[in-house]
Amino acid sequence: MNHSAILETHEALGETALIADPAAIVSLCTYLKHDEKFIRLSAVTAVDWHPAEPRFEVVYHLHSIKRNRRLRVKCRLESANAEIESVYSVWRSADWYEREVFDMFGIQFRNHPNLVRILMPLDWEGHPLRKDYPVHGYKYSYPNE
Amino acid sequence: MKKAIDEDSVATLQAPAVEPENPAAPRLMTLNMGPQHPSTHGVLRIMLELEGETIRKAVPDIGFLHTGIEKECEQKTWQQVVTLTDRVDYLANLSNNLVYALAVEKLLQLEIPPRAQWMRVMLCELARINSHLVWLGTHALDIGAMTMFFYCFREREDILRLFEMFSGQRMMTSYIRPGGLALEPPRGWQKAVGKFIRAFPDKVQEYEDLLDANPIWKRRTQGVGFISLEDMLDLGVSGPMIRGAGLKWDIRKDEPYSSYEKFNFEVPTRQENDVYARYQVRLTEMRESAKIVVQALEGMPEGPWQANAPHVLLPDREKMKTQMEALIYHFKIVTEGYRVPAGEVYQAVESPRGEIAYYIVSDGTSKPYRVHMRTPSFGNLQALGTLLKDTLIADSIAALGSMDFVLGDTDR
Repeated sequence: MNHSAILETHEALGETALIADPAAIVSLCTYLKHDEKFIRLSAVTAVDWHPAEPRFEVVYHLHSIKRNRRLRVKCRLESANAEIESVYSVWRSADWYEREVFDMFGIQFRNHPNLVRILMPLDWEGHPLRKDYPVHGYKYSYPNE
Repeated sequence: MKKAIDEDSVATLQAPAVEPENPAAPRLMTLNMGPQHPSTHGVLRIMLELEGETIRKAVPDIGFLHTGIEKECEQKTWQQVVTLTDRVDYLANLSNNLVYALAVEKLLQLEIPPRAQWMRVMLCELARINSHLVWLGTHALDIGAMTMFFYCFREREDILRLFEMFSGQRMMTSYIRPGGLALEPPRGWQKAVGKFIRAFPDKVQEYEDLLDANPIWKRRTQGVGFISLEDMLDLGVSGPMIRGAGLKWDIRKDEPYSSYEKFNFEVPTRQENDVYARYQVRLTEMRESAKIVVQALEGMPEGPWQANAPHVLLPDREKMKTQMEALIYHFKIVTEGYRVPAGEVYQAVESPRGEIAYYIVSDGTSKPYRVHMRTPSFGNLQALGTLLKDTLIADSIAALGSMDFVLGDTDR
C-alpha cells in the first residue's frame, strides 16, 4: 500500500493500523475500497484523548471479505478544528456511523447528507462520550452532589 | 452545540410539502409507524411516505432505548463491564460476553484452556438457537401464524433453563468472562444439554413442516423484501441477510475464534434474497448449531475451565483462606481491579444477527479507556429505508421482521 496520505503504520496484536492525513481521508478511502478491495466499512468511531492534543482520533474499521483482511485507519484531529470530510461518498454505511460520532463526540463531518443527532434527542446539549462530559449529564444532578 | 439542531434537520422528520395546485403530482401521505408498533419488537419509529399503499420513502428513527452503555463502560473496572455487555443484546447475551472476553484476553495475551473454549462455543451456539427461535416465533406471529410462537417459545424455555443451570441467570448470564468462565460447569450438564440437543433437530423439522406446508406463509414471504447484495454490503448489513443473498460470509469460518476451526459445520446460503430465503437460512443455521453443540458435547476436552492467570481471575475460596498470595490477589482484584496493558484491539464475532465487534482502547489502567460496540442491528437497520422502498405497506411487516433486529442492540 503506497499512498501519500498515510503518515504512519502500526502492527500490534495481529492488527494493522494506519495513521492518515485527515485532509486526504476521502481519496485514501476511495483507493482502499477500489484498489485494495476493502468493500465494507465495518465501523466508524472516535476516541477522545482530552486534555491531550490532538484531542480526537476518528477510527475507521475496514473489512475486505474477499481478502479476509481487516484494517484500521485513524485520523487525528485538533479540538479547535474537529472537522473531517465525510466518507459517505465512498461507503453509504458511513451515514449512520458518522452521525453517531457527531452525536457522541461533536466531530463535524463535512458534506454529510444529514448530520443530525441519531441516538440522543435532537435538542440535547453536549456530546456524552467526550471525556469532559459528566456521567450524570449536565442537566440532572442530585441534591447532595 | 446548538448549531446541529437547525430547522432543516427537523423538517426532514415532518410531512413533505404537497402541492395541491398540481393534480398530476403524486399525493403522498406521511404515516408514523411506531415507536410503539407491535411488529418492531422494541421502540423503533419509522416515518413512511405513502403513495396509496406503496411506501415511497421510509426513514427509521432510533435512539429511544439509548442507555449510554459505552459511557458507562469507561466508569467500570474491566470485570464489571462484563455485566453491561449482556444488556446490549438480550437475545445474544453470550455472544456479547464472548466478544468482550476475547478482546480483553487479546490485550492481556492470555491463553485460554481448550475446555473453556469449547464450552464457550457450545453456549454461544445454544444462544444462537435461542435467538433464532425468538425471531421465528415472533416473525411468524407478525405474519399471522400464531402456533409457531408457542412452539418456538416451548424450546426456548428449555434453553433458558440450561442457561440458568450454568450461570444462575436465564438471560443476563455474564457467564463468559475474560480468562475463562464465571463458574465451574454444573454437575449433570452433559445429560441436560444432551437431552435437549438430541431432540432438537426433530423440533426444527416440526417448524418447517408447519410453515412450508402453509401456502399463506409462502405467499407472504416468497418474493418479498428484496434488497440487492451490493446495497447491503454498502450499507453495512451482515449476518443471515447477506447469506440469504448468496454470499458465503460467516466470521466463524473466515476468522475463526475460540477454536471454531475444530468444528465441522456448514454455512447455509440461499440465492433468492427474499424473506423466505432468510427464513430458510436461519432454519438451517439452527440445525448446524445443533450439530456444533453435539460435537462440543461429545468431544469436550478435559482440563481446567479457567486460564492460569491469578492476576486476572478471582482465586478459589479455599485457596483464598489458606494461601497468602491468593489473598493478596483477591484483595487487589476486588479493590482496584486488574490492569490491562495499553493498546487497542478490534475483535469481531458472528452473533445471531451478524457481525458484532468491540473496539477496545486501554491506557494501562484498571478501567477501559474506550469501548466501542459495533452492533449488528445498528448496521442492519441502516438498510431499512432501501429495503422498504417501493414495497406495499402490508409487506413491510414481513420485510421488517426478516431483518431480525433488537432495538437494545441498535441503541446501546
